[in-house]
Amino acid sequence: MVRIITVYGGMLLEAMGRTLILALLGLFFACIIGLFFGILSVVKSRICNVIAQIFVDIIRGVPMIVLAFFIYFGIPYLLNTIIGGHNMTLTALQAGTACLALNCGAYMSEIIRAGIQSVDIGQMEAARSLGLPYGVSMRKVVLPQAIRTMIPSIINQFIITLKDTSILSVIGFPELVNTAKNVQANTFMSFQTWAIVGVMYLFVITILSRNAKMVERKLNVGR
Amino acid sequence: MSDGKEIKISVKNLKKSIGDLDVLKDISIDVSEGEVVVVIGPSGSGKSTFLRCLNRLEEVDSGSIIVNGIDITSKETDINKVRENIGMVFQHFNLFNNLNVMDNMTLAPVELKKCSVAEAKERAERMLEKVGLSEKQEAFPSQLSGGQKQRVAIARALCMQPDIMLFDEPTSALDPEMVGEVLNVMKNLASDGMTMVIVTHEMGFAREVAHRIVFLDGGYIIEEGTPGVLLLNPREKRTRDFLDKVL
Ligand SMILES: Nc1ncnc2c1ncn2[C@@H]1O[C@H](COP(=O)(O)OP(=O)(O)OP(=O)(O)O)[C@@H](O)[C@H]1O
Ligand SMILES: [Mg+2]
Repeated sequence: MVRIITVYGGMLLEAMGRTLILALLGLFFACIIGLFFGILSVVKSRICNVIAQIFVDIIRGVPMIVLAFFIYFGIPYLLNTIIGGHNMTLTALQAGTACLALNCGAYMSEIIRAGIQSVDIGQMEAARSLGLPYGVSMRKVVLPQAIRTMIPSIINQFIITLKDTSILSVIGFPELVNTAKNVQANTFMSFQTWAIVGVMYLFVITILSRNAKMVERKLNVGR
Repeated sequence: MSDGKEIKISVKNLKKSIGDLDVLKDISIDVSEGEVVVVIGPSGSGKSTFLRCLNRLEEVDSGSIIVNGIDITSKETDINKVRENIGMVFQHFNLFNNLNVMDNMTLAPVELKKCSVAEAKERAERMLEKVGLSEKQEAFPSQLSGGQKQRVAIARALCMQPDIMLFDEPTSALDPEMVGEVLNVMKNLASDGMTMVIVTHEMGFAREVAHRIVFLDGGYIIEEGTPGVLLLNPREKRTRDFLDKVL
C-alpha cells in the first residue's frame, strides 16, 4: 500500500487531474447542449419539442460505452470514407469530451425542461404582457426561478458525469481508471490499487457535494 | 359612449376556440378613450379568454382586434410594441418572485429602454406612492399580503405608462378585507381617465365605476349597457338569471 502511494501516487494524482479536466470540459459543453435542448423542448413549437425529444431519447437509449466507441472510431471512419482520406482522427480527449457532453447534455436538458415547467406559467405571461420579448422574459424571470429548483438535480448529474469519465478508459484516455489499470499490471496489488482509486473518487465527490450544499443554501436566501 | 372620443380598442367578429371548444363565437365591441368597461358572465363563459385576446396572450382564430389603430391579429404586427401600451393585471398577481418590488417595477422599462435606470426608479417610487406602498420597495413578493401584491402588480403595469389597462378578476384571489384597497386603486385610475377593461364579480364596484357593463355567455355578448340599465333593468332573460345568482 505504502509502496503504491510513494511510487505511483504522483501518477495517480496526475490521472485524477486529467479526469477532472475531462469532466469539466464535458460538463461545460453539456450545460450549453442542455440549455439549448431544454429551451427547445419548452418553446411553443411542435417541431422544436419533437427535435429535443428525439435527441434525449437517442442518448438515453444508447449505452455510453457504445456512444464512446461510435464517436471515437465510427465518426472518423465515416468522414474518411466520405472524403476519401485516412488521416482524420479524433484524440481520446476530444471524443471523450463530446461523449460526456452529449450524454450529460441530454440529462441536463430534461432537468432544465422540468425546471422551467415548474415555474408558474403566469410568470412568463406577466413578463410578456409588459412587452418583454420571450428571450428576455426567460432570462430575467423564468430561468432564475427555475435554476433554484434545478440545482440539486444538476449537482447530482455532475457527480454522475464525473464518475462516467471512467467509462472513457475504453477509448484509451489516460484518466484515473485507465492509469490504475497500469499500476495494477505493474504491481500485481489489485486490492490496494483499487482501494486507493476508490478513496480518491470518494474524496473528490464528497468535496463536490459538500460545496454544492453550500451553494444551494446561498441560492435559497431571499426566497 | 362614443361621444366623439377616440376608439382605443375595436374588436370585430372575434372567434376563438380552445381544443374543440368554441369559447368565443362572435364578439364585436368598441372601447373608447377613457371608458371603463366591465365584463361579467358565468364561470367558463370566456371572459378571461376574451381579455387575453386583447393583448394576444391568446391567438385568435378569426376576426380583427384593432388597438390604437394597429391590427394586433396581423402576423406583421410587433406585438411587444403594442403590449407596452396595454397593462394587464392578473387574478394571481404574477409578481416576479425572484425580484424585489423595485426590480419588479423597473425591469420592463429598463430592459425595453423606455427610460434610464434613474428615471425608472423615480417613476416606480411615484407609482408605489400612488398605490400606498412606498415603504415596500425592498420587499420580495413572498413578504407581501395578497392585497399588497395586487397593488404592486397594478403599479408595475403603470410603470410602462400604458394607455389601456386590462384586469382579470383582480380581487378574486384576495381575502375579503383586502378587496377594498385594490378596488380603490382601480377607482382612482378610472377617475384619472384610464381606458380600462375589467373582468370582475364585484357588482358594487361595477355599478359605481363602469361606464358600460357587458354580459358574456355562451361565446356571445348577450347584452350590454350602462350599469343602471344592465344591472337594474336587463332586457334578456339570461342576464336576469345570472344577476339573480350573483346579486
Ligand atoms: N388552456 C385551456 N385548455 C383547455 N380549456 C381551456 C383552457 N383555457 C380555457 N379553457 C376553457 O375555455 C372556456 C373559457 O375559459 P375562460 O377562462 O375564458 O372562462 P372565464 O369566463 O374566464 O371563467 P372564470 O370566471 O372561471 O374565470 C372554459 O370552458 C375553459 O374550460
Ligand atoms: Mg377567468
